[in-house]
Amino acid sequence: MKRFAALYRALDGATATSEKVSLLEAYVREVSRADAAWAVYLLLDKKKSALSSGALRQRFLEASAMPEWLFEECRGHVGDTAETVALLLHALPRSDGTDESREALAALPLSTWMEDELPRCPRDDVDKQRAALVRWWSALSPWEALALNKVLTGAFRVGVSGGLVQRAVASALGVELSRVQRALTGDFAPSAALLTDLESSTAAADDSKPYPFLLAHPLEDDFVFDPARWQLEYKWDGIRGQVIKRAGQLFLWSRGEELVTPSFPDLREPLSSLPDGTAIDGEILAWSTTDDAPAPFATLQTRLQRKNLTPAVLRGAPARVVAYDLLELGGEDLRERPLAERRAALEKLVTDVALPVLSISAVLEAKSREELEALREAAHERGAEGLMLKDRESVYGIGRKRGVWWKHKREPMTVDAVLVYAQAGSGRRANLFTDYTFALWKGDELVSFAKAYSGLSDEELAELDKWIRKNTREKHGPVRVVEPELVFELAFEGIAKSARHKSGLAVRFPRILRWRRDKPAREADSVTLAEALLNPPK
Amino acid sequence: MALIDVTPEGLRCALGGFYVDPAASVDRAILTHAHADHARPGSVEYVCAQSSLEVLRARLGDDAKLVGLEYGERRRFGDVTVSLHPAGHVLGSAQVRIEHEREGVWVISGDYKRDPDPTCAPFEPLACDTFITEATFALPVYVWTDPRVVAKELFDCWRSERTHATLVFCYAFGKAQRILAHLAELTDEPVFLHGAMERLTDAYRRAGVSLAKTSPLPESASHKDYAGRLVLCPPSANRSPWMKRFKSPQTAFASGWMAVRGQKTRRGYERGFVLSDHADWPSLVKTVEETRAKRVLVTHGSSDAFARYLRESRGIDAAPLGHLYEGDEGDT
Repeated sequence: MKRFAALYRALDGATATSEKVSLLEAYVREVSRADAAWAVYLLLDKKKSALSSGALRQRFLEASAMPEWLFEECRGHVGDTAETVALLLHALPRSDGTDESREALAALPLSTWMEDELPRCPRDDVDKQRAALVRWWSALSPWEALALNKVLTGAFRVGVSGGLVQRAVASALGVELSRVQRALTGDFAPSAALLTDLESSTAAADDSKPYPFLLAHPLEDDFVFDPARWQLEYKWDGIRGQVIKRAGQLFLWSRGEELVTPSFPDLREPLSSLPDGTAIDGEILAWSTTDDAPAPFATLQTRLQRKNLTPAVLRGAPARVVAYDLLELGGEDLRERPLAERRAALEKLVTDVALPVLSISAVLEAKSREELEALREAAHERGAEGLMLKDRESVYGIGRKRGVWWKHKREPMTVDAVLVYAQAGSGRRANLFTDYTFALWKGDELVSFAKAYSGLSDEELAELDKWIRKNTREKHGPVRVVEPELVFELAFEGIAKSARHKSGLAVRFPRILRWRRDKPAREADSVTLAEALLNPPK
Repeated sequence: MALIDVTPEGLRCALGGFYVDPAASVDRAILTHAHADHARPGSVEYVCAQSSLEVLRARLGDDAKLVGLEYGERRRFGDVTVSLHPAGHVLGSAQVRIEHEREGVWVISGDYKRDPDPTCAPFEPLACDTFITEATFALPVYVWTDPRVVAKELFDCWRSERTHATLVFCYAFGKAQRILAHLAELTDEPVFLHGAMERLTDAYRRAGVSLAKTSPLPESASHKDYAGRLVLCPPSANRSPWMKRFKSPQTAFASGWMAVRGQKTRRGYERGFVLSDHADWPSLVKTVEETRAKRVLVTHGSSDAFARYLRESRGIDAAPLGHLYEGDEGDT
């Protein structure tokens, strides 16, 4: 744990990507193959959390004599449970055992920690959890305990992207980047074999693996539209995914590289008739039962939240894949071919298999920028988020490549809402009140409508933080109820009815557009106005 | 009537006819130390510790009327007797002890710390009836490491960077000189000083504090001249045009706030050295208990939490002293 904690600390301190790559590369070279595989696994957030932050906090409170309220004060200030516990280790009683045994424990390699130590902290036995945690914590320095707590609860957040990890591994092992990308995408086992296989050129490829996704950039202001160059499609609002059929098996991957096949039994069976050696990039959507059009995202979301996919649920929100691109055909990687060629092959494939659950994302026609904007405006009515513009000559690259794929979303919906609650943020916003709840008028009453965290500049955040401290009306634990005086314009991508929210409405991707210093609270918008924005059920 | 009350001008002692660290211009101000949020210009007369005269002069200008008291020297103001005692915060920092026949003994701690600091006299625990304590870092997540260990870390960090400059950001008064005093024990190599730090550093030298060699930044120099050099500069210089002369320097901030990762990330420094001129949590608790005060009033920072902890977990009569300074946590 010592060596891994040192890596974690160094990555946390490094700002330049090149420096992070070389830190990780040095680590991979230095430690055993098994340790390196585990580190990669952890930094890519592949590990399911062994313990919730809540459980971590609870075991700490049981083991220490610290009053709960004081812990909460600290957590609000630090902004992160794992870090708070690490900073409060001094409040724990010393555990039994010698200094030598403690040092030996801290020095155990990462793979031993992951494989032999972590099972001592079972999910379902709080006494064993506490015993294991106290033994570990008393052996570790605050930074080491922080690394351990993050291993336990998940989510490292040290600014290490997947691409960065892949580059570091490729360079440490001296193998091609594309091989590393394939091996580290999707599910893989964190064992020494992962890296030894990568080094030996004969290793068989894993049949289930998706390709890294190519992502789009928001259209830039100085974009010049050339109808001959750009292929136009709708940007559908579902789950971006890959359909993989290899060696007789079908796999559905989400863009988050999660295997989602089990959530879509209604897709798995028909799509299994795709020929072996196929990889399609597309959007998984819930389809409307009344029109031949996608249902709102909320319908798909409801379906995803269901534990039990009964026939009734599947009938009410049938899934469908709208294909964007063809990455592999007949086992051949097509990514280096130009889009026009891939598109032709995709059209032929989709026509040949003729599956009701697999359609192709239609190519739209626009002769001018004006027509393009008109299409974008109309996208909403078609149930799409906006448009995609793809260079017909482009290869299918990796990650967010500028100038190859553009997304051109419709203008967001907006309302003016009143700030009512504030809470301290986490991470770099710890100890600043940066998490806000906004309300709309319902008669004479303000009802909470949406939470938003982003959109203000650092200066505005600081100013607002000061204002909140001076205008707190009540404190409920970490939440401050503030004077309902300030108005902000909020933007969001979609709105739907919701029984879970006080206003009866739920919005997607809410964010702050600007601070309406010109508006008094009384002139903020009402729930009725927001209801008028509800999607017409298309 | 309480001996000390909170007014818009600051802490007032009506029976003595003075204010302590007032925010506005008053007739007589007793100053705990020379930081800008405590020593403000415009008052008629300032009473301060003898050892803070040099730095206060640098801060308030030559025209300000300053009256220096030796630590422990008793002086009568109105109906009270005042004496100043070392607070261990920065050079010349003082606790204000105020004695009144009927109201007993009150002590205003000012900013203070209990860690060793070669640049100033160590904190002196004082018995009193009412203790007004600061609480800038009054949460148990703040527990300082021995400053000599931190200074060695800073030194090693500097020495490991041979091709670029190392920029350590820190407060121009107090922290910068404390780092220089620690470095004096580790190296003879000179340290570059940002212009804003020169006057105060000279004031420390005139007061007889031994510091590492320093030199101002050369007028014209290529970034190569800074390779492997250490530069101390105030936080306001971060990301300013001034910084352009250094090519990809490594940056660090020396402050108690650096104990929390989010603070470091938010301020955009690569490294943080946890070095504070304020008392950490264990020192605050220890100090309050050593005063054996019957009543404790808490200002700055986490005053609500600290007062509640003293009441509920230590059985001490404690309360926050208004919200005079909220939102102004004086990042010293």
